[in-house]
Amino acid sequence: MNNNWQTVIGIEIHAQVNSKSKLFSSSSTEFGSAPNTQVSLVDAAMPGMLPVINKFCIEQAIKSGLGLNATINNKSIFDRKNYFYQDLPQGYQISQFKDPIVGEGTVEIDIDGKKKIIGIERLHLEQDAGKSLHDQDPNMTFVDLNRSGIALMEIVSKPDMASPEEAIAYVRKVRTILRYLDTCDGNMEQGSLRADVNISVRKEGDELGTRCEIKNLNSFKHIGLAINFEVDRQIKLIENGDKVNQETRLYDVSTDKTRSMRSKEDAHDYRYFPDPDLLPLNLNQNWIDEIKKTLPELPDTKKIRFINDYKISEYDADVLTQDKSISEYFEDVATNRSTKLSVSWVASELFAVLNKLNLTIDKSPINSKQLGSLIDEIENGTISNRAAKEVFEEMVTSEKSVKDIINDKGLVQISDTTEIEKFINQVLIDNPDNVQKYKDGKTKLLGFFIGEVMKVTKGKANPGLLNQLVKKKLDN
Amino acid sequence: MLKNLTIEGTAKLLKDKKISAFEIANSYIKEIKESKKLNCFITISEEVAFDAAKKTDARISENKKIGLLDGVPLAYKDLFCTNNILTTASSKILSNFTPTYESTVTANCKSQGAVVLGKLNCDEFAMGSTNKTSFYGPVINPWKSSDKDDELVPGGSSGGSAAAVAADLCVASLGTDTGGSIRQPASFTGLVGLKPTYGRVSRWGTVAFASSLDQAGPISKTVEDAAILLEAISGHDNKDSTSSLKANEQFYANLNSSVKGLKIGVPKEYMSDDLPEEIQNFWNDGKKILAKNGAEIVEISLPSTSTALPAYYIIAPAEASSNLSRYDGVKYGLRVQEKNLIDMYESTRSEGFGNEVKRRIMIGTYVLSSGYYDAYYIKAQKIRSIIKNDFDSAFKNVDAIFTPATPNTAFPINREEVDPVQNYLNDIFTVPANLAGLPAISIPFGLDNSGLPIGMQLITNSFEEQMLLNIAKNLQDTLNFNVQPTQWWK
Repeated sequence: MNNNWQTVIGIEIHAQVNSKSKLFSSSSTEFGSAPNTQVSLVDAAMPGMLPVINKFCIEQAIKSGLGLNATINNKSIFDRKNYFYQDLPQGYQISQFKDPIVGEGTVEIDIDGKKKIIGIERLHLEQDAGKSLHDQDPNMTFVDLNRSGIALMEIVSKPDMASPEEAIAYVRKVRTILRYLDTCDGNMEQGSLRADVNISVRKEGDELGTRCEIKNLNSFKHIGLAINFEVDRQIKLIENGDKVNQETRLYDVSTDKTRSMRSKEDAHDYRYFPDPDLLPLNLNQNWIDEIKKTLPELPDTKKIRFINDYKISEYDADVLTQDKSISEYFEDVATNRSTKLSVSWVASELFAVLNKLNLTIDKSPINSKQLGSLIDEIENGTISNRAAKEVFEEMVTSEKSVKDIINDKGLVQISDTTEIEKFINQVLIDNPDNVQKYKDGKTKLLGFFIGEVMKVTKGKANPGLLNQLVKKKLDN
Repeated sequence: MLKNLTIEGTAKLLKDKKISAFEIANSYIKEIKESKKLNCFITISEEVAFDAAKKTDARISENKKIGLLDGVPLAYKDLFCTNNILTTASSKILSNFTPTYESTVTANCKSQGAVVLGKLNCDEFAMGSTNKTSFYGPVINPWKSSDKDDELVPGGSSGGSAAAVAADLCVASLGTDTGGSIRQPASFTGLVGLKPTYGRVSRWGTVAFASSLDQAGPISKTVEDAAILLEAISGHDNKDSTSSLKANEQFYANLNSSVKGLKIGVPKEYMSDDLPEEIQNFWNDGKKILAKNGAEIVEISLPSTSTALPAYYIIAPAEASSNLSRYDGVKYGLRVQEKNLIDMYESTRSEGFGNEVKRRIMIGTYVLSSGYYDAYYIKAQKIRSIIKNDFDSAFKNVDAIFTPATPNTAFPINREEVDPVQNYLNDIFTVPANLAGLPAISIPFGLDNSGLPIGMQLITNSFEEQMLLNIAKNLQDTLNFNVQPTQWWK
């Protein structure tokens, strides 16, 4: 789009650790509870309170690191990041600065069939802050500390992405991996996964340009729009002879534009130093190895296996492995059944319904067992594909079994030769002219006879058998 | 009968049913109320005390076995959070703060039946060595010079904890020690003050000053009482990540006063011409006693001693500047209402903190700032490891180290303050043990020519509190120092 301009993108993903309790306290992390009902003395930073690390959160961070092909550091350190804000009760956030729990790793993305490796710089653990509520009172700000102290993983990429598509593919891939690992639920609407995107532009071959950071993007769409806007803004600035200022920017969802939040000069001096309330985190290699053994099959491996085992296209394999639950659903359906039918029923019919109802696969109105039995009925010839669609539609809203729906709707296919022949004979008798035309060489009329039989059988005649029998009758 | 009770003595009186716990508590509460001139207490917890005493009496009348602390009147530095009892850290910013929880240390005493008489004045957030930085005004030392009528400082920061025990307003007390805040006031008031090994005592529920240095400990009239209280407050606490996993010990039962065969080091770097002659003399007396009682005195070197104080005055303020960020007017404590957040922060903290606290927050903020961090904080941490190494090497050759506790005796409250650094020098002998995390005790040795107490210090290796107490007991028993201040304040 812009001649010779290159975009350089690096992303920091903040992923909420999937854990029942917070990083340094035993308070619940349940989403959507009444304000300040999940706040311990530690979360509220009462005098004399001390943080105690939640081992499960450490395990989740290790798992995530392993899933990102990254080095797990046997020794890491928690630091205090000092700043004042109303929703930061301690006056500092416990984070990891110099020595994070996870070091360098890689993530593979796929853009139109082209693979690219994106480098991971690090992953560290930190506390989330509380939430400021500005709309409760005309003069006061209220603070909800339910979120205060919840564990976050900050995953920092290398500046390896060159387009919004790559950025989105990267965030999507990391999200998929974390969801496979069950270390983050990836729910972007609830803020469980959000991204800060660093963007700079340069002419091909030049040094890296000055970057701007766009904070807190919480949907793939916004990531794309924000990058597009920001790249254009930066290029225009430079082409007009201006300079890009290093700054933090916010993306405004109502205008699709980014605006300055604070410049580099206004940046906080966070005065990081090791938190004296916490000892360095020393991880036993045996424990890391144990965790490694429990890792599930990850999307890349699964995709390859799907392609090999089910002989499906890379595109289908990609669609079916983008989500762990989808891949498991598909495998449930496809085991001992026709792959072709399974792919088509899961990836087209079911996905269409889920999209329409705005549901995830876990909330699907038709479970894998039910869809499997529907496919069974097609495979054993009880119903036609067309009838199956009708059954499927009914299944979305009905609790009835596949068999009951077929019977209640009278959709059982007629596969009895004698019975079908009876209908054919009747149709031939009723249409002598067309029979004659067929015999004179207008064989295209075969479809007409099949259609007529279907009409009188209300679509229940076994199409394959019907085709065969009509042809046999007419050619005699 | 109630004069100068020790924990041991009180326990015996109660066990023998000579007096009720209620009567003892009542008598102490009366003394406290009559001794307000000394300004030791910020809060008197009369009802809570009587309630606990009555419970002890009930246990005694039911012939239940009672422990050594059961029914014993104690008082706590106002840095320990106490459930339902005002806890101020001697600061205006917490002057309205009543916790809903009990610090591990005081909860331990409570569960053993101790009677809490109230909360003791101290330097604001434990920052000071005079007790003059308290929002509630200075504590006055019960001791006076024989030749001058000046009111003297009790030392600090646990000034109230020391003065209250010296004036016999409680049997023993708890203080905290970050750079000498137990040992220096104990020395200024003729008492035993013990700072345990870092990690021996839980910090949970104690208002933090400098997390990597803070330790709670007892101030008492005898070494025996120090052993009893240390045992009571020690032990692993899974709510404090820096708490040691070591099993607790029976310091009191295992107390003996033998020093035979022990090697005791005297660091040459602690000898100075500036040290007052009388302190020098007591130090020499101590060496002679220990030698006579069977220990071997050897001169040792702790080469980095002179760097300890500067390192301490970087690390402690750095941690404090961050620890005190939570006092921001948002959640609890003082809030000075303003139109916006930043103004509210500024007004609240300007009004809420005193000058010394502000000074240390500024120093701490400065040394952690980008561009200065390496030059100050990192360098100070390096010095800290060197100091620790000095001690490690020393303890390869000796069992304990013997030094003065303070470079001076109690001085007048209205002494003109020229330079805050002058006050920081009070900690010169005590700070190294905090930096190295080692246990140390201050023991009363006698009075100087003006009749003011002088204390000496013993330091042992980590978790060697039993040896520390044993040597201290040897000195105590030999010296037989048993003088109380004249009761001029009533």
